[in-house]
Amino acid sequence: MADKISQDDFKRLAELASLELPEGEAEYLRKELNNQMVSIEVLESIPIEADTGTAAHGVPYSDYNSPEPREDISRQDPNREDILKQAPELEDGFIVVPDISHEELD
Amino acid sequence: MKTCDLPAYTIADLIKTKQVSAIEVLEDTLARIRSIDGRSGQVDAPEAKSKEDLSSIHAFIQVTEDHAREQATRIDKLIKEGKNPGPLAGVPYSAKDIFTVKGIQATAGSKILSNYISPYSSTVVERMATAGAVMVGKVNLDEFTYGSSSESSAYKPVPRNPWDTSRVVGGSSGGSAAAVASGEGAISLGTDTGGSIRHPASFCGTVGLKPTYGRVPRYGLIAFGSSLDCPGPLTRNVTDAAMTLQVIAGADPRDNTAAVVPVPKYLTEMRKDIKGLRIGLSEEFFRVTYFDAETGELVENPIDQQIKDSILSVAGFLAQLGADIITDVPLPHTKYGVPTYFVISRVEASSNLLRYDGVKYGYRTEQPFSDLRELYRKTRGEAFGVEPKLRMLMGIYLSAAQFDKGYYQRALKARALIRNDFDAIFDPKGKYRLDALLTPTAPSTAFPIGSVYGDSVLMQYSDQLTVTTNHAGIPGLSIPAGFDNNDLPIGAQFLGPDYSEGLLLRLGHAYEKVTENEDWRKRRPPLISDN
Repeated sequence: MADKISQDDFKRLAELASLELPEGEAEYLRKELNNQMVSIEVLESIPIEADTGTAAHGVPYSDYNSPEPREDISRQDPNREDILKQAPELEDGFIVVPDISHEELD
Repeated sequence: MKTCDLPAYTIADLIKTKQVSAIEVLEDTLARIRSIDGRSGQVDAPEAKSKEDLSSIHAFIQVTEDHAREQATRIDKLIKEGKNPGPLAGVPYSAKDIFTVKGIQATAGSKILSNYISPYSSTVVERMATAGAVMVGKVNLDEFTYGSSSESSAYKPVPRNPWDTSRVVGGSSGGSAAAVASGEGAISLGTDTGGSIRHPASFCGTVGLKPTYGRVPRYGLIAFGSSLDCPGPLTRNVTDAAMTLQVIAGADPRDNTAAVVPVPKYLTEMRKDIKGLRIGLSEEFFRVTYFDAETGELVENPIDQQIKDSILSVAGFLAQLGADIITDVPLPHTKYGVPTYFVISRVEASSNLLRYDGVKYGYRTEQPFSDLRELYRKTRGEAFGVEPKLRMLMGIYLSAAQFDKGYYQRALKARALIRNDFDAIFDPKGKYRLDALLTPTAPSTAFPIGSVYGDSVLMQYSDQLTVTTNHAGIPGLSIPAGFDNNDLPIGAQFLGPDYSEGLLLRLGHAYEKVTENEDWRKRRPPLISDN
């Protein structure tokens, strides 16, 4: 069967996923994705009635099982330091974000 | 018999009645880990090669001795003071390394979290601590839980099956199943998104319970598929699973999908009679169904006869106890479970994986980079293994507007049809009026390490008998049901309607009791037989 995901498609996907991939790995990943697509395409052949709904969850949620919405109040997290300590680069309690790529507009 | 081989309920009793201390049980467990687990998983470490490596379990990524000693000492102190230490007093357990525990490394089996120390604890781990349980360590898993053999972990060596160390443990909660089967803790916490508790439980001969979606809170789990993920216990017997579920189930203000449905008394439910219960068998679960990669044609093969015979034998025992066995129950959309899962789980996974960026926490590339986008690309390209990469790429392909062919919407409709199949058979006014369905847990027993890994389609089909449960959100319990000719465990699975965990535990317990004197029940993994 013809590949659903072409090399160009794959390059675009890797860009959207923010992944720099070594050449050999890219070709393996593309082959596996196309093999998975063979299975996924089967979904096109399932008889689905026009009135079939979609299920984003298996278990339906109603008043029976849903909690009340929480009060919308902000709370100071007690672990501020522990959270900040995880960042690779910190300055005065702020996380340093490297330059954001940009183009100069005329 | 050493205390580490005792059931959790016995350990808690012995500790509460001061026949043994929590520290003594912990030391027995740590000694067992030292003697059979071998090297703990480390990022980028060499795979198992030496004779010692090849005959060790490698369930753990990290043994948390200090943390465990603190918890055990606290339990012994409470007992000395005459205070209630909790229902799981001093019971050693492990947690799949997808559960966060404050102050302890949480890796998800991925290099991208190799330096991450969690600043908070998951609800489930907090509840285990309150109940008196003692966490002995974090166990290995497929990277971000993506897999069915635990071979995709970045932490090597990967776990090996205690019944035959040349074989996989199943996945993705493979470290959990291997640890529990080997007496390295009486309980392990796992998660199940497409079968990841039940599948390794089946491969390693343990009990594994996937609760109803929302029965157990997800707060503090590193997310995979947020509409599918369910935390639950792996144990060596059904009673321990019931006790653990009792501790971890129930509403949580930090997870608005955690159901507010009252939690029943599972031990009471478990001990009730099974007389008159209607148990279904479905031919759809006695077939291996897949779509040929070359032609796309549906291929159907009967499941291994030994596995089918085991399930029919379980049905026979239940019938002896007065259950009604209903055959030929139709679940026509079962064969679409894996294709539907390929879509829904990938879209949810790709969304959940975009947060790992090398800026806020976790691994950052050591290569030079010129701007933020290059930092992202290098960090993520280096630190994600092939499984997360595949899932992200597929998730984006299926959901990005520029590629959209409507697969996601179609998968959500297929999911509704799968749910309808189960609703129909459990409908108390319907044709079948089942209390539960009895099926094999997996289409095979444990396969050799390296024999499937690398073929992402074949690996996914290993979940085909568990995955529809996750689409439907219903609970599933896998229990040991004998061995095949290779002396490998076979798992039987009970599925029931929403929040029917009590009933599934009742069936599992009834089967466990009626078979307690069977020869196969006396078998122990070779490594621990003389340990």
